[in-house]
Amino acid sequence: MSPGFPPGVAIFIVAFTILNILGCLWLIWWTSRGAAPAPQAGEKAEKTGHVWDGDLEEYNNPMPRWWLGLFVLSVIFALTYLALYPGLGNFPGVKGWSQVGQWESQNRAAQAAFEQQIASFIDLPLEQLARNDEAMRTARNLFAANCSTCHGSDARGARGFPNLTDDDWLWGGTADDIYQSIASGRRGTMPALGTVLGEQGVNEVAAYVLSLSGRTAPQDWIEAGKAHFQALCSACHGPDARGNPALGAPDLTDDVWLHGGDFAAVRETIQNGRDSEMPAHAPLLGESKVRLLAAYVLSLGQRSDAFAGLASEEANTDERNH
Amino acid sequence: MRLHSVLARMCSRGIRKYGAVRARYVPRPRSPTVFEIPMSTSNAHALAAGTPPVQYNDKVVRQFAIMTVVWGIVGMSVGVFIAAQLLWPSLNFDIPWLTFSRLRPLHTNAVIFAFGGCALFATSYFVVQRTCHARLFSDRLAAFTFWGWQAVIVLAIITLPLGITQSKEYAELEWPIDVLIAIVWIAYGVVFFGTIARRAMRHIYVANWFFAAYIIAVAVLHIFNNLAIPVSLTKSYSLYAGVVDAMVQWWYGHNAVGFFLTAGFLGMMYYFVPKQAGRPVYSYRLSIVHFWALISIYMWAGPHHLHYTTLPDWAQSLGMVFSLILLAPSWGGMINGLMTLSGAWHKLRTDPILKFLVVSLSFYGMSTFEGPMMAIKTVNALSHYTDWTIGHVHSGALGWVAFITIGSLYALIPRLYGRPGMWSVRLMEAHFWIATLGIVLYVTSMWIAGVMQGLMWRATNADGTLTYTFVESLAATYPYYAVRLLGGALFLIGMLLMAWNVWQTVREPKPATAAVAVPT
Repeated sequence: MSPGFPPGVAIFIVAFTILNILGCLWLIWWTSRGAAPAPQAGEKAEKTGHVWDGDLEEYNNPMPRWWLGLFVLSVIFALTYLALYPGLGNFPGVKGWSQVGQWESQNRAAQAAFEQQIASFIDLPLEQLARNDEAMRTARNLFAANCSTCHGSDARGARGFPNLTDDDWLWGGTADDIYQSIASGRRGTMPALGTVLGEQGVNEVAAYVLSLSGRTAPQDWIEAGKAHFQALCSACHGPDARGNPALGAPDLTDDVWLHGGDFAAVRETIQNGRDSEMPAHAPLLGESKVRLLAAYVLSLGQRSDAFAGLASEEANTDERNH
Repeated sequence: MRLHSVLARMCSRGIRKYGAVRARYVPRPRSPTVFEIPMSTSNAHALAAGTPPVQYNDKVVRQFAIMTVVWGIVGMSVGVFIAAQLLWPSLNFDIPWLTFSRLRPLHTNAVIFAFGGCALFATSYFVVQRTCHARLFSDRLAAFTFWGWQAVIVLAIITLPLGITQSKEYAELEWPIDVLIAIVWIAYGVVFFGTIARRAMRHIYVANWFFAAYIIAVAVLHIFNNLAIPVSLTKSYSLYAGVVDAMVQWWYGHNAVGFFLTAGFLGMMYYFVPKQAGRPVYSYRLSIVHFWALISIYMWAGPHHLHYTTLPDWAQSLGMVFSLILLAPSWGGMINGLMTLSGAWHKLRTDPILKFLVVSLSFYGMSTFEGPMMAIKTVNALSHYTDWTIGHVHSGALGWVAFITIGSLYALIPRLYGRPGMWSVRLMEAHFWIATLGIVLYVTSMWIAGVMQGLMWRATNADGTLTYTFVESLAATYPYYAVRLLGGALFLIGMLLMAWNVWQTVREPKPATAAVAVPT
């Protein structure tokens, strides 16, 4: 809906529009006046009498009738359209159409159809929903359309975007935790510690953190890093470095790395910090779709016994080779 | 005594007197009457007074004509490279300067403003002198427009890969370059209209109407769209915000198509088509109607780039209906061009220049039909944001703009260098067929890809969810990207043939000079 113009502006729009359209019709009429009929075969067409650059001349043939017809038809279409649809200043058009209205009515229809589709299972608890084949078929499509851009179509994530199949949860893996992550979003902030720790300090902490997952590192760096860690990092990651789901602070002992697990990547994380965001999806998708997605993600974790262990092993190998 | 023999004698006297001048103008057989009616023009006086005649300034035309070929190859090479990147993304080698996002604006700027711009400068300077029977208004200003325009292009080639951009499509260049463009463009206007003012013919030839409209409109569009507040030498913020910014941008963007790529090149068409066909323009009346209708209605069509956005409904509707009314005025130019050629169809067999001109008019007709159709909201809902748009643009850019330019240059360059014709007709023939095949592959692959993408994006399952993810539509497009790359590469190969042919044509003889003709 247009907000409505002051009368002067509205009249300006209408007048200028109509003037230009009528101007075209006047132009056709004015130039067709006194036109000689099209020359018959063998007849010489009338020329304008000007000659430029030696041999450039112009005939003054009448305009093709079919072309004039096309022109007039397009004008008639335009005026009809402007009578039916918004266009002439504040006049909303006879049909009362608006693009917001069209979107709302189509969206209402689609929403109603969707609610009917899911009515038989949507009220099940999330754990049961995750085992409902029909629900999961729809949920997989929703995941592909809304989540795969970041988490990947196989849900195994990418650097900076968590793997959802490995049963390793930054913000908790219960049905309710997952629902909350999707519905309200999450914001994971790792502060930059480069200036506090200094170049060597960052090396030491990185060495210590890697040693927690069984990587080798210089022993004196590990020792020094542990001291820094207890002072600066344990508040969020815990004294045992097993993380804190309430803060989204990752477990640093499980060899699962959101932002890369090689020395340079861990160093970068400590030096400059990280700021990760999962956007809130309830306002975008609505309650029902978020429930279906939560159940789907839950089902990925449930199936982890079958194949996700293998998947995370592969992912970690990738990280090491990186 | 026949006046042209007087002229010939005076020319030879001029050569003796001014050593360097080699007057090659000989009245052409088609116009035996050129010098029979003395007029009160400078050259008529010159004839009477025995002084050497005034000559056309063709130096600047030669410079722009050669650079048209050079920038055409540069711009199209970048295009082929980024088309390959869409197929093999790793071709950016993880170097920021080589990413698609930075090279794509370089491609569009190079082909529109460097290739197309130089072609328009060259032909408008040539045509305005020939049809006004006067030398360019100011040689120094004309030279300034050449070097200024080349400076703009070089600055674009440097700044765009560096990521210095206003983020406005076709108006990416930052404010210092915009200021330079405005100055060069105003100088261009002074040269052009100054030449019109000193014309020896009272009546202004139709090609000059279109060149005039293009020069004025592009100045207005460029200046208003680029109004911005600079914060540093390489960064500025647009004076407009939100949807107003979008509307001003597409008012500019669509009229860059309308005035730069349509009106300007119609000016080219109105000189080179009748000249090459050796026939008068079909209808003066049609010229009048389609000229005024085209330039008044094009100005409204921009909102069709913003269908189904936050642009208010009324503005979208006006953009749509005026785009539809635009169909007939656009076709007026095609009809006038093709009907001028009718009667000379037999020349098509032997004259590759006419082939280029005829095919360019056909593509002009096709894209100016396709454009209004895509402006219809229902069609736009399918076509918008897909590769259909890319196909549409290239049927206009390769089929119309590049082909009319190539045909005109093949006619123009021998005249500028005093040669009877291009070095090799067979190379022109080869260029024509290779380039035509390239366009067909390019345009059809993008049509199919675009319609497919539009249909995939809107397909839904019974449960209301989307049938395809975005990346599935991307994967499905890969074969068409390959065909498009092939089409673009063929077109580039054609340009390389042209460059070779032009080099062979111009390298030997000294440039020609031509005396200003006295109008009949």
